[in-house]
Amino acid sequence: MTTTEPLVLGIETSCDETGIGIVRGRTLLSNTIASSMDEHARYGGVVPEVAARAHLEALQPSIERALAEAQVNLDDLDAIAVTSGPGLAGALMVGVGAAKGLAVSLGKPLYAVNHLVGHIAADIVAGDAEPIEYPTIALLVSGGHTSLLHVRDLTTDVELLGETVDDAAGEAFDKVARLLGLPYPGGPQIDRAAAGGDPKAIRFPRGLSKASDLERHRYDFSFSGLKTAVARWIERAEANGEEVPVADVAASFREAVVDVLVTKALAACQDRGVPRLLLGGGVIANRRLREVTLERAAAAGVTVRIPPLSLCTDNGAMIAGLAAELISSGRGASTLAFGADSTLPVTEIQVSPA
Amino acid sequence: MILAVDTSLGTAVAVIDADGRTVAEASTPDPLGHAEVIGDLLAQVAQPGITHVIAGMGPGPFTGLRIGIAAARTFALGRGIPVIPIPSHFAIAQAADIQGRFAVVTDARRREIAVSVFDGADADGIPHLVLPTRLEKRGAELAEPVHEVTELSASALALVGARAIAAGRTLADAEPLYLRSPDVVQPGAPKRVSA
Ligand SMILES: [Zn+2]
Repeated sequence: MTTTEPLVLGIETSCDETGIGIVRGRTLLSNTIASSMDEHARYGGVVPEVAARAHLEALQPSIERALAEAQVNLDDLDAIAVTSGPGLAGALMVGVGAAKGLAVSLGKPLYAVNHLVGHIAADIVAGDAEPIEYPTIALLVSGGHTSLLHVRDLTTDVELLGETVDDAAGEAFDKVARLLGLPYPGGPQIDRAAAGGDPKAIRFPRGLSKASDLERHRYDFSFSGLKTAVARWIERAEANGEEVPVADVAASFREAVVDVLVTKALAACQDRGVPRLLLGGGVIANRRLREVTLERAAAAGVTVRIPPLSLCTDNGAMIAGLAAELISSGRGASTLAFGADSTLPVTEIQVSPA
Repeated sequence: MILAVDTSLGTAVAVIDADGRTVAEASTPDPLGHAEVIGDLLAQVAQPGITHVIAGMGPGPFTGLRIGIAAARTFALGRGIPVIPIPSHFAIAQAADIQGRFAVVTDARRREIAVSVFDGADADGIPHLVLPTRLEKRGAELAEPVHEVTELSASALALVGARAIAAGRTLADAEPLYLRSPDVVQPGAPKRVSA
């Protein structure tokens, strides 16, 4: 195997995106994504069985498209990589089955890796930027997770500082969008509705931010209370016969989410003496989140890295990229005995190493 | 040589040669853990010279069933060979050696069974499906003698596949035999939170 610039194909099926990525070392050759998002729209959220069915349909054509785009053959690959977890069990299993079939067929080594750590690796394959510096704090925000990590070394030392204790931030956007009568997915809808709204119009609660909560949950997040507060506010306005000021509600809700995310991320940077913050996950598409992060990070002397959006959402390139880093650092392949682990801890960067 | 992969019940893989003889076979009856075992089982039977892959398309519990189909497809992709979908109950009927009409029955969970009625074999030597696969309540009275199994032979699946290939016939769609729609309900209006 070429250990300096390994050619790796990565398979990601932890949620509703079937992602196939191909990298050569740190160079991105293909990032193919087939999303089943439209099929979930009428249910107002990702339906695991629908996602798993869609993965099975999309996998083979996606692999073929990725190979064509990267202009490589399966025989050229040095290794296959796959997400073992965390994520939706049934969805993950489709990817695991596919990865094992491919690896055994080709006689190639297989690397089972951690999805969350993959989000950090996304930055490495993003190209042109200077290589990422460690340690860094990483804030990963999507419809499935909201996690704050301390990354000392991508392949050996990642610590979970905190995560959501209830809804993921993306879920909160979806639920509040529904309260406002807006379609799924909620993130872009709330963003659109918030245009022209006053983010200070309503003071919605910041979850786990009171002094008493901070003791035990300094880096944890909670968004379900916020969602309930928004619902209550809307109901009260309606009961009083007032018209709900959608733009103000959307802007104020979004501000509450963004505020708590950025505050806790920068607190981690400060506490740990790490002046670097990496963002990842689909909610990074939210312009207000990026703006506030950049503004307040600059004031705090923290450098922010934001991979391109196509690498922030779930994708196979980050999985391939993480495996390429594992290979380059001399790590052997995983055994074939691993499964899907929906609650895989972030400390398990590679699963089932030989 | 033909490789067959099935995860509709336990996990079963086998390779047969041009004469239909089993060259290699590996399986576990465990109705769970398909994702964990599929790689090692495949590695036990994988060899050069495989020309086709047969995928058992169920019926079977959703989650496990897909793992074998996904692995069959990518194995075929890796070798640049075709993958042929075959309903899993055909393998059970093939191996059953029962005269006259009979019902192949497998567990479909949620106190239901999957039922396919066969009667002998057709001119191509393929089990003759006379009533399409359906779900029944467990305990339902069936008109035919019941042949219920919790395991199937991947060699038998490969054999049915070989005969379908020889006869140029298609026995299953590319879509698994799910038999049920995903469990989802359309959301209604948001629930009130105020008292
Ligand atoms: Zn993710």
